[in-house]
Amino acid sequence: MAAINRDDVAHLAQLAHIEMSAEELDRMAGELAVIVDSVKSVSEAAGDDVPATSHPIPLTNVFREDVVGHTLTAEQALSGAPDSDDNRFKVPAILDEA
Amino acid sequence: MSTDATLSFEEAMEKYDPVLGFEVHVELNTRTKMFSSAPNVFGDEPNTNVNEVDLGMPGVLPVVNRTAVESSIKIGLALNCKIAESCTFARKQYFYPDTPKNFQTSQYEDPIAYDGYLDIELADGTLFRVEIERAHMEEDAGKLTHMGGAAGRIQGADFSLVDYNRSGVPLVEIVTKPIEGAGSRAPELAKAYVAAVREIVKNLGVSDARMERGNVRCDANVSLRPHGRERFGIRSETKNVNSLRAVEHAVRYEIQRHAAVLDSGEPVIQETRHWHEDTRTTTSGRAKSDADDYRYFPEPDLVPIVASREWVEELRATLPEPPAARRKRLQADWGYSDLEFRDVVNAGVMDEIEETIAAGASASVARKWWMGEIVGRAKNADVDPGQLGVRPATIVELNKLVEAGKINNKMASEVLDGVLAGEGTPAEIVEKRGLAVVSDDGPLLEAIDAALAAQPDVAEKIRGGKLQAIGAIVGGVMKATRGQADAARVRELILEKLGVEG
Repeated sequence: MAAINRDDVAHLAQLAHIEMSAEELDRMAGELAVIVDSVKSVSEAAGDDVPATSHPIPLTNVFREDVVGHTLTAEQALSGAPDSDDNRFKVPAILDEA
Repeated sequence: MSTDATLSFEEAMEKYDPVLGFEVHVELNTRTKMFSSAPNVFGDEPNTNVNEVDLGMPGVLPVVNRTAVESSIKIGLALNCKIAESCTFARKQYFYPDTPKNFQTSQYEDPIAYDGYLDIELADGTLFRVEIERAHMEEDAGKLTHMGGAAGRIQGADFSLVDYNRSGVPLVEIVTKPIEGAGSRAPELAKAYVAAVREIVKNLGVSDARMERGNVRCDANVSLRPHGRERFGIRSETKNVNSLRAVEHAVRYEIQRHAAVLDSGEPVIQETRHWHEDTRTTTSGRAKSDADDYRYFPEPDLVPIVASREWVEELRATLPEPPAARRKRLQADWGYSDLEFRDVVNAGVMDEIEETIAAGASASVARKWWMGEIVGRAKNADVDPGQLGVRPATIVELNKLVEAGKINNKMASEVLDGVLAGEGTPAEIVEKRGLAVVSDDGPLLEAIDAALAAQPDVAEKIRGGKLQAIGAIVGGVMKATRGQADAARVRELILEKLGVEG
């Protein structure tokens, strides 16, 4: 795995909509590099005979029957919304068209 | 907004070879959502078919809907796909207000169905094989309404309103491999492909398949390359093309637009395009490269799905007859010629004819009514023939009235208009409108005498054995009786009168 550099962090911050200062980018690049190195040790422990896995617990097919359960009212759904209108969530203009 | 240059379709085809690709999203008609037990219902009051899972509240635990998985496997089987022995869900991360979790739960590396194909029949009967890359499970997003701008467009909007009722509705996304070799039939193939997918999911009963409600939505990828070149050109992806007609138009438009860009020596920009039904053009969306970094990773809250071969075979055993096989069977049962049957399919009245025959009409009577009377009326009213409101029982009754000699074909057509205008049953309308074939010979004989007297030369020809001249006299009688005479009886009476052997 390649090391994480400052540009990677800046790119990720942008994708994640997190505003970061130059100092924060520098610091985070260093901290993330340590984490990446730590994670790397896992691949050293697993040999070629260990298949990749996405879940630590050997469970499959956890299903729900197709039966209607509970719902919220519109008032409840909107109770935590910063803004609402006409029983819908109100969000700022999506396109940045200055 | 500037208008893009286009070449004529013919010129574009002379110079370039189109390559297509489709992503079709199918909304499943399960009772509940993909990962929550909130109801999956269209058209309810905003934000009432939601619970904590659909709103992406912290700490909630999604649980997979078994029926949605079974529907997805059925779709995979109907598309001749392999079904994954084991597959997982993944998070697709992006920020957009229609997705409250800031990720869509989807499938990434291991879709539930893969490597299939669909044989598409074009209008003239040509078969074209479209290879299916994959069909994967995911969830729908909420519905955005853009406010303050023109015509509800996102461009120029002041703010947007979000209804999360659709958030979490089960989706199956069907992705084709690149489709080469369609040539100038690319727009037609595009429409026929989406129509075939829609027909399959409707036939399986796993989706309501109503495009006007967004149950089936198509993203169309188009690229052009010079004839003879193997490498693909740069593609555009036209989003949310939501009617069969629009799919055809959008592919045609993009071919014409790409051709003009390439002709000018510029490269095509890889981007999302938005289809506008009003102008039948596309406009640029965001540049694709901006947002393509979705940072997929395995969904930690959902464990893998293992589709045992027994389960898959059980589901396969429940599949209905495939639409293409059904068409073959119906054509043979009804005894229609290839041309007659193709016309019926293209007019979109195959199901209606089947129902009409089931209601008691013969195959030829059903075809005569649907193709001869109803399709034209539907076209004038700009609706699908099935939507016009003609019930199979109405056709059976009309036909009985004609066969019993109570009304003739012309009157039957008038009675049908009455039925569609809500005036009652055919029998009631015949009564109310005083439509009945004149069967009493008295008034007919008078009318015949008058017609013969008015055209003595014609009468003379008939006496001389020129029987084809009789049409003019029959016509005169029909006119005099305002079409209420039985033409066959009139002919008999004329021949009798003139002492000529029919």
